[in-house]
Amino acid sequence: MTDATEDIPSVDYVEGTAIPIRGNDIDTDQIIPARFMKVVTFDGLGQFSFFDLRFDDDDNEKDHPMNEERFQDANVMVVNNNFGCGSSREHAPQALMRWGIDAIIGEGFAEIFAGNCLALGIPTVTADHETINALQQWVDDNPDGEIEVDVRAETVTYGGNEINVSVDRAQREALVEGNWDTTALMKANQNAINETADSLPYLESAD
Amino acid sequence: MSKGTLYDKVWDRHKVTTLPNGQDQLFVGLHLIHEVTSPQAFGMLRERDIEVARPDLTLATVDHIVPTADQSRPYGDDAAENMMSELEENVRDAGIEFLDPTSGEQGIVHVVGPEQGLTQPGKTIVCGDSHTSTHGAFGALAFGIGTSQIRDVLATQTIAMEKQKVRKIQVDGELGEGVEAKDIILEIIRRLGTEGGVGYVYEYAGEAIETLDMEGRMSICNMSIEGGARAGYVNPDETTFEWLEETDYFQEHPEKFDELKPYWESISSDADAEYDDVVRIDASELDPVVTWGTTPGQGIGIHDPIPAPEDLADDKVDTARRAQEHMRVEPGETMAGYDIDVAFLGSCTNARLPDLRRAARIVKGRQVADDVRAFVVPGSQRVQRQAEEEGLKDIFEAAGFDWRNAGCSMCLGMNEDQLEGDEACASSSNRNFVGRQGSKDGRTVLMNPRMVAAAAITGEVSDVRDLEEVQVA
Repeated sequence: MTDATEDIPSVDYVEGTAIPIRGNDIDTDQIIPARFMKVVTFDGLGQFSFFDLRFDDDDNEKDHPMNEERFQDANVMVVNNNFGCGSSREHAPQALMRWGIDAIIGEGFAEIFAGNCLALGIPTVTADHETINALQQWVDDNPDGEIEVDVRAETVTYGGNEINVSVDRAQREALVEGNWDTTALMKANQNAINETADSLPYLESAD
Repeated sequence: MSKGTLYDKVWDRHKVTTLPNGQDQLFVGLHLIHEVTSPQAFGMLRERDIEVARPDLTLATVDHIVPTADQSRPYGDDAAENMMSELEENVRDAGIEFLDPTSGEQGIVHVVGPEQGLTQPGKTIVCGDSHTSTHGAFGALAFGIGTSQIRDVLATQTIAMEKQKVRKIQVDGELGEGVEAKDIILEIIRRLGTEGGVGYVYEYAGEAIETLDMEGRMSICNMSIEGGARAGYVNPDETTFEWLEETDYFQEHPEKFDELKPYWESISSDADAEYDDVVRIDASELDPVVTWGTTPGQGIGIHDPIPAPEDLADDKVDTARRAQEHMRVEPGETMAGYDIDVAFLGSCTNARLPDLRRAARIVKGRQVADDVRAFVVPGSQRVQRQAEEEGLKDIFEAAGFDWRNAGCSMCLGMNEDQLEGDEACASSSNRNFVGRQGSKDGRTVLMNPRMVAAAAITGEVSDVRDLEEVQVA
């Protein structure tokens, strides 16, 4: 949980090992089925990540990278296009974070999902289809291979390769400068907030 | 960059400042909250010892987990009861108005906001729910947010955002018989893709949009997010103003209606507004649209052949192949005749009074097919009440539909209303994702509410135009 009120860490880079999750249009109902959202905290959601793709009706494991021993320590997820589409549930990145994910590399992300990741300090960096395919293949072949996501430099380094990736400008600034936790940042602008509110016709005319 | 659009104007009016990371800080005119995505945000505020900044601009309802059959407390499902209690405590402590089921005004958050007269042109509206885009139908700038952002809004009544591009979707022509707003938006998503709207806000314009009632416009804006666009809107016009004037709020405060109308008119996109992109669609070419797959972009006309995956764009091939396996459909077939087990008439997309009226005209005097369980879940208690007064409940019940209380229900299966096993559902909702309706093997076919009614009667996906309509209300 992002409960720090000060000393928000900057997220310059993330290093570790990776896990490939293949497929376009993976929606947040896949990432965390709605029945696991009947809770009032995010604690313990990690175990339900991709639950219906990982377990059958009798809770037996199915083929899924998250069930594979070799990926259990992974902290960088490599995905394809339009990852995280659908529901706005922050439960999705919360579940992935609690499973152990610190950064996600993909072809493209749904907007609300990427925003939710930023609020948790999780970079969502993008590269083209061929680059991602090659990276996923490398991860499959090298589950223990070191990978480094450099948010500031917009590069990913793995197995002697350095590839260029894109990080949304505001996301990069927020992560690198350590101001991705916006509550305190915005609360400090109280006078400006009041001025804006006072200028809105529908508030002036409110009771 | 766009210029002179409603989006530009509303953004500028609500901009507080630019933040160090380059995002803008925007003032939020209305914050809607519900039981699923808000409790963690209230928890974060407690940890930081921060009070809710503007409870007067916050409105709560309960919709996702609320049972639609037996609503007596405590709820039969402990988890649901716990979520409801938590919301009750949070709104009580913060002094936030709560449209709970005892109020007679409870309902799906995107149905009750407009009903209360709080969804207005030129407002910024946020909610921890992706279908917040619905409110754009009134010319509001409305979008879904995550829980950490809910915390931001509760704490400051502002949100950090980057300005996006604006794509105008010009829908010309007249809709044919049996074709509705839902069909327009399914066609838009099919053409532009489920990710086509990422980075964009959609402005819906043109004759086919202007002639829609407010409920139709809500159905369209509602599904903007299914096309990747976080927000979508329609410029406010006389249809909008007449609808607003009828709400209790403006009936009680007619002077406010007169005061605000000039502002509402002023925020419409200028005639010479500049857009980042313009797309044109001819509504007169559309047939009723149904989905054959597991994303809302996988739609086709009722008599069109299901595409072969290899004929689709490269990045859609695998998704289509998996979808066809899940749905058990073959390329070349049409969806007409696809057996269904469940008919669900509900959700924030299509559970408003005109939706139920149109469906009732199909249902009246007919019977739900023997092997189909069919039910209607009105979008709000107000819709429910009005529908009952008009006799719609009697029509549906006489046909064999179950008539329920208001909530999200089987749109996402967070309450007792769920698909079982591999049941196929004709659904007026917005998402056909695998597992969405509560069973991971369940199969969802999205369609307009009249088409759901037709499917309930025939037991299979059917062209509603083959069923004669009966005049009801």
